[in-house]
Amino acid sequence: MLSLSAVSAGYGSFQVLFDVSLEVPRGEAVGVIGSNGAGKTTLMRVISGLIPLRAGTMTLEGLPLAGLPAHRIVEQGIAHVPEHRRLFPRLTVEENLRIGAFIPRARRRFAAQLDRVYALFPRLKERRQQPAGTLSGGEQQMCAIGRALMSDPKLLLLDEPSAGLAPLVVRQVFELIRRIRGEGLTVLIVEQNVQQVLDVVDRAYLLEVGAIRLAGTADELKGNRFIRQSYMGL
Amino acid sequence: MSRLGASAFALAALAAVLPAAGPAYFLHLLIQILIWASVYTAWALMGRFGFVSFGHGAFVGVGAYVPALLWNYFGLTPWVGIPAGIALAILVAVVIGYPCFRLRVVGHYFALVTLALSQVVLLTLVAAREITGGSLGFTPKAAGHSWYALQFPEKTYFYVIALMLWLLALSVWRWIDGGINREALEAISEDEDAAAAIGIDVLREKLRITVLSAALTALGGAIYGQYMMYLNPESVSGIAVSLQIVFAAIAGGVYSLLGPTVGALLTISLTEGLRVWFGVTFIGAANTIYGALLVLCIIFMPQGIVGTLRRAMAARAPKAAAAD
Repeated sequence: MLSLSAVSAGYGSFQVLFDVSLEVPRGEAVGVIGSNGAGKTTLMRVISGLIPLRAGTMTLEGLPLAGLPAHRIVEQGIAHVPEHRRLFPRLTVEENLRIGAFIPRARRRFAAQLDRVYALFPRLKERRQQPAGTLSGGEQQMCAIGRALMSDPKLLLLDEPSAGLAPLVVRQVFELIRRIRGEGLTVLIVEQNVQQVLDVVDRAYLLEVGAIRLAGTADELKGNRFIRQSYMGL
Repeated sequence: MSRLGASAFALAALAAVLPAAGPAYFLHLLIQILIWASVYTAWALMGRFGFVSFGHGAFVGVGAYVPALLWNYFGLTPWVGIPAGIALAILVAVVIGYPCFRLRVVGHYFALVTLALSQVVLLTLVAAREITGGSLGFTPKAAGHSWYALQFPEKTYFYVIALMLWLLALSVWRWIDGGINREALEAISEDEDAAAAIGIDVLREKLRITVLSAALTALGGAIYGQYMMYLNPESVSGIAVSLQIVFAAIAGGVYSLLGPTVGALLTISLTEGLRVWFGVTFIGAANTIYGALLVLCIIFMPQGIVGTLRRAMAARAPKAAAAD
């Protein structure tokens, strides 16, 4: 569904991504793992149009995405859950969700989408009148994912969903991701938490200093000696 | 919200009967307050979302000068001149706003760019002395009582015009409050990247509110010029006017419909009161006290006067309910 080929990007004179190619097939969950500074967040920002692509091509179901501004990318069906969630803290949970359905296509189906998100995350319904900034870390992640789902995406980008969360909550968040997968949504996750992410994705890529170093199914990577030593501490 | 609407209506009704009550000077003050309240409200349309412009003096100046110049040199009626002034103000807003929003010039940097803008308009008006009269000011040709020239020696006419302008400004505010764009703007003001990532066209939303704010400000400037029948670069453009707009709107409260109006009421009656009180005996004292009061307002009431009052009322209400 999403296909990147030889993508390069960066900030100013500083290049972060070098010839990154990856495929996210429909209905699959794909992970991109790597340490801090490997370029994972940059990759997400490139896909969602927040920073421009320097070279290479990027397509969603065969349609080129390069050069589209962020809001047009959302209209194409890609929703981005940014790192550290980036909720609108002073707006209530429901206002955050409503704003998630900002694009016209989603606005028309607002009520149905809201029901779907509340069914998926009943906790959000309980807290719907509360300012998003007062939620716990796990609930905020729920709200951020819910906000992204409100745009009725084909592809969900999750940037570091475990960042800044307690280990117990991290497990809950991955449980949520499993639940979303059950909905048949295609998902691309970038994560440092290699162990956990390999348990929920079908396939994964290893990103190191801006380049793809390894690729394979989740089971292959779990068994890979280099990954076990460098990223799982085994 | 409906309480706000009701209080606005009550204020409007009060305002409608006021002019019959006082002397001409009183009416003159009231007209000024209404015109500036509209301008401050126009500024707060964007100011309340954290887009702090120090350049609205530019729009007042453009709005005031364009119809006056067209009238004097080409005999063009202000009915055409005022829209022309608004159009030019919109053009200026786009020329400044587009690159700023595109290049993510926000916060202090945006304030600085707009600060420069207001000074550019002032200096242009001063430099084009042959046309605008420079620092000596500019007087539209008098036409007596004329709808065509939009000139009325009787103040009651301008009182009604100013009242309508003010109601228009409040309606625009309410209109924005009711739409999905308010939420989009709030989202942008909290986090531009996150807003873009959920499909909000940040550039377009910011440009739209800026254009609306500039147009309404220019209309206010135009009415002010028509009423005063004398324009001076210092009094309708430049940093002084821009600062006056920012301070008064913030002092009154930018998060409430009537905040900027209260700001206008306060600052104009304060300026006039101090001016009358001190007269020529103690030059500068009036301005000093004015400045000190504004500083205190902003430090101790960051929500503005109306915001602080509303909060105090909200804090008392539950207690009263509990006592019942």
